[in-house]
Amino acid sequence: MQFMLLFSRQGKLRLQKWYVPLSDKEKKKITRELVQTVLARKPKMCSFLEWRDLKIVYKRYASLYFCCAIEDQDNELITLEIIHRYVELLDKYFGSVCELDIIFNFEKAYFILDEFLLGGEVQETSKKNVLKAIEQADLLQEGGAEAEGERESLKQTPY
Amino acid sequence: GAEPRPAARPPARQPALPPGRPGADTTAIMPAVSKGDGMRGLAVFISDIRNCKSKEAEIKRINKELANIRSKFKGDKALDGYSKKKYVCKLLFIFLLGHDIDFGHMEAVNLLSSNKYTEKQIGYLFISVLVNSNSELIRLINNAIKNDLASRNPTFMCLALHCIANVGSREMGEAFAADIPRILVAGDSMDSVKQSAALCLLRLYKASPDLVPMGEWTARVVHLLNDQHMGVVTAAVSLITCLCKKNPDDFKTCISLAVSRLSRIVSSASTDLQDYTYYFVPAPWLSVKLLRLLQCYPPPEDAAVKGRLVECLETVLNKAQEPPKSKKVQHSNAKNAILFETISLIIHYDSEPNLLVRACNQLGQFLQHRETNLRYLALESMCTLASSEFSHEAVKTHIDTVINALKTERDVSVRQRAADLLYAMCDRSNAKQIVSEMLRYLETADYAIREEIVLKVAILAEKYAVDYSWYVDTILNLIRIAGDYVSEEVWYRVLQIVTNRDDVQGYAAKTVFEALQAPACHENMVKVGGYILGEFGNLIAGDPRSSPPVQFSLLHSKFHLCSVATRALLLSTYIKFINLFPETKATIQGVLRAGSQLRNADVELQQRAVEYLTLSSVASTDVLATVLEEMPPFPERESSILAKLKRKKGPGAGSALDDSRRDPSSNDINGGVEPTPSTVSTPSPSADLLGLRAAPPPAAPPATSGAGNLLVDVFSDGPAAQPSLGPTPEEAFLRFVCKNNGVLFENQLLQIGVKSEFRQNLGRMYLFYGNKTSVQFQNFSPTVVHPGDLQTHILPAWPSPLPLPRSFQVDGGAQVQQVLNIECLRDFLTPPLLSVRFRYGGAPQSLTLKLPVTINKFFQPTEMAAQDFFQRWKQLSLPQQEAQKIFKANHPMDAEVTKAKLLGFGSALLDNVDPNPENFVGAGIIQTKALQVGCLLRLEPNAQAQMYRLTLRTSKEPVSRHLCELLAQQF
Repeated sequence: MQFMLLFSRQGKLRLQKWYVPLSDKEKKKITRELVQTVLARKPKMCSFLEWRDLKIVYKRYASLYFCCAIEDQDNELITLEIIHRYVELLDKYFGSVCELDIIFNFEKAYFILDEFLLGGEVQETSKKNVLKAIEQADLLQEGGAEAEGERESLKQTPY
Repeated sequence: GAEPRPAARPPARQPALPPGRPGADTTAIMPAVSKGDGMRGLAVFISDIRNCKSKEAEIKRINKELANIRSKFKGDKALDGYSKKKYVCKLLFIFLLGHDIDFGHMEAVNLLSSNKYTEKQIGYLFISVLVNSNSELIRLINNAIKNDLASRNPTFMCLALHCIANVGSREMGEAFAADIPRILVAGDSMDSVKQSAALCLLRLYKASPDLVPMGEWTARVVHLLNDQHMGVVTAAVSLITCLCKKNPDDFKTCISLAVSRLSRIVSSASTDLQDYTYYFVPAPWLSVKLLRLLQCYPPPEDAAVKGRLVECLETVLNKAQEPPKSKKVQHSNAKNAILFETISLIIHYDSEPNLLVRACNQLGQFLQHRETNLRYLALESMCTLASSEFSHEAVKTHIDTVINALKTERDVSVRQRAADLLYAMCDRSNAKQIVSEMLRYLETADYAIREEIVLKVAILAEKYAVDYSWYVDTILNLIRIAGDYVSEEVWYRVLQIVTNRDDVQGYAAKTVFEALQAPACHENMVKVGGYILGEFGNLIAGDPRSSPPVQFSLLHSKFHLCSVATRALLLSTYIKFINLFPETKATIQGVLRAGSQLRNADVELQQRAVEYLTLSSVASTDVLATVLEEMPPFPERESSILAKLKRKKGPGAGSALDDSRRDPSSNDINGGVEPTPSTVSTPSPSADLLGLRAAPPPAAPPATSGAGNLLVDVFSDGPAAQPSLGPTPEEAFLRFVCKNNGVLFENQLLQIGVKSEFRQNLGRMYLFYGNKTSVQFQNFSPTVVHPGDLQTHILPAWPSPLPLPRSFQVDGGAQVQQVLNIECLRDFLTPPLLSVRFRYGGAPQSLTLKLPVTINKFFQPTEMAAQDFFQRWKQLSLPQQEAQKIFKANHPMDAEVTKAKLLGFGSALLDNVDPNPENFVGAGIIQTKALQVGCLLRLEPNAQAQMYRLTLRTSKEPVSRHLCELLAQQF
């Protein structure tokens, strides 16, 4: 996979992951072009399209579009299920995920993606294993960050 | 997480699943859930940004935040880890919104060495997204990564590996490419670390393959296919698939391992693999990856392995017929992903007729599936099946469904796949039907794909034309329906074919004459009509409805609405008319003499008018008849339309034409347009013969070519618009067969010199363009068109420090150098073409030359003893391996010169091999990227008869013949 983009129906980019080296300018150009192309498509159209020399696989979940660019020999259907598995992982982690979760916890969305896909390839498909890695991380920090958490809540919400 | 809850839950909040529900993102309110360590400051900031009513407000809020963060970072008070993390995360958010960030890198790097996981994690995320090439920073980052890799803490190690994989830069490769293989195969690495290491290495290898050392670890990587942990296998297969493409032999053992792994998955029950089962499909991602890996190799040689694999493939095909285990789309997608990958492997092997036909039937079912995605993929996959001799017929049975798809699919991308498939399944039996359906589709086709459809129709019509009147009708229909999308290549081609086939010329003249009657016909129709009537208008002149005056006034009625290029072409038609129909002379001279022509602001038009007028008044009918003779047939070469389609679509696009394998008869009839002897004539060498050009203007159109230099560069292989000085381009080209440096072309304006060197399968060629005049050449643009098997890469020209622009200026008296890097991929027959266009004093100039790159340039001389030579000579004794030519000497027969030529040709000269000392014997190896071709040669001069006999033996038939032909022209 060369890159993955998440964007809203209004065309706002929510997550971008690039697996090939591109300049910031080029990334912005690609994003603009693809968001426009995908948003212009009608609901019942097929989930694949040719774009430059790549294949675009996209799917909409509620208000969010998930859009992957894969190479010629890559498998379109399995890419659709990469998208779905990622949504499932987000959903399990956040508990009924919605776009707001991804906006406010964007860093988590990136962390989960890194556990699932690395360098554009599927690294781990087991939901349990991916979430174990993330939750371990959360546990690790809770030991260390407890004091900070306490400090913040004391300041903001006095008993 | 102890995030304080915001006052209200967002009212529109709803789960993202299932797809297709209306959006939730309408209110700017913080989410109720914050997992892990919530950073309240960050949430407030994000919320503020979302509340901004305008772009200006947003920028203002961001600038305020940036100022705040900058002051915190600069402040005297040391920031604690949490604050640093929060600010770095805010910066990251601002960057991801699309704003530039120019500070904070150092604080992010500091986070890397924190021992708190989340701080480290944010640091790495920032670095991954906002890499900075500041070398001091890179040193610090690499240090932090090194520490984490050495930490033996698997979560830290994974973070570091993720960062390397995400950045994937050459610097990172230099620092870590050697360590990662060790981590990957170490016995004590945790599974998760191995997974990340495998894919991290893959990314580094893709970025800089030279940095990843192969070695002892490669064998151990292959054995990861046997790993107990499915996740490790999943990651490792991707790495192996990439590595084995460069070193297939080193990784060969992966075939049997992959087959047995696949076999275990395919035959497992739907729940055996627990968490690796996805909607009742066992390990779909791993299965697809394994099938991809197998596509890097030919079918397994080991019969047992092959048997097991065929069983797997059959099982997958069988399962496709079973009722689904779930109604969910995820189930059918995962199952079909494996099925399509299986079919790809079957097509890749192209050796199991039974499986190919089953695959085709399966795809046939999908053609009518209610899921658009499946219809799309079935059309796409069938395209490749159509090119297999085993399944071509089976694919053809679906023609009606595919035509229906072309007509009724609502999604343009699906219709395009249908058009591709029709093109791929076309052969002589269905060409008329397919071409007429595609023409009908063209009338309503989306603008984006019209040009491609036009090219396809043009190619099919030419390829499968049984009678050429059908071909002519088809192309004229193309112009009528989609004139704007008919490129030059298409209409040039119809002219070439009509010129070369005298059986269709009368029909073509009649048809274009009728087409031109339409009140609003496309300009391309005027061009084709003008050219054809200028050449063959006489064939319909007997009919009073298309008498010469009628033909002329019909064409001239379009003249004023046309572009300069078309008007220039029409002027050439007019002068041709004067020759064909003397009765039109007065009228046409009147037109040429008109002020609007003789004093036309366009130099080209003015010049044509002047010259044609003079020619028609000065020259006798005999001279006129010679100068304006019918065009000679065009030398046949690859269809320029096909070349264009290939350029558009990449290799494989021309598959419909590469069908000689399944339709051997096709080449005999339409493989090329045979020159018809009746029309052969030699173009007279120069207009100067006529004594008409006392002071030749720089851009004089060659009066010999009838159509002027608008067309000459496209049609002729060699001659340029300006007559060349010295040897003809073809002679000059042949001189380069045995030498590498010299003058390739020279006329009054331009000299092109060549210096080249070749080593193994690589070459470098310096082209020197010298402007012989004192006037600047403008828009000078040399381009190289090369056949598929030769790759050239154009390097920047001196003195331009930047990559060579598409066109540039060459000052009077100046010389510009261009460098071509050349790689010989396979043996080849046709040399690349160099096409040079420029403007001189406002007039366009163009010429096309063969670049002196011939297969013998990649010769490596081989010394061998007589015994070896004869042994190899005998080994190459099949009739098709030998090529022989007996020919008359064109030059004095001098042994030393002959020796020098043979050495220049590239072969080693072997002494004391041939019993006759007068004879020459040579040997060498032609180096191409794909293969090496051993060549032996023998040249026997016969001084008495002034003849030579040349014999070539090589392991490849076309090479023997080609070398023999090249060399025979040298003596």
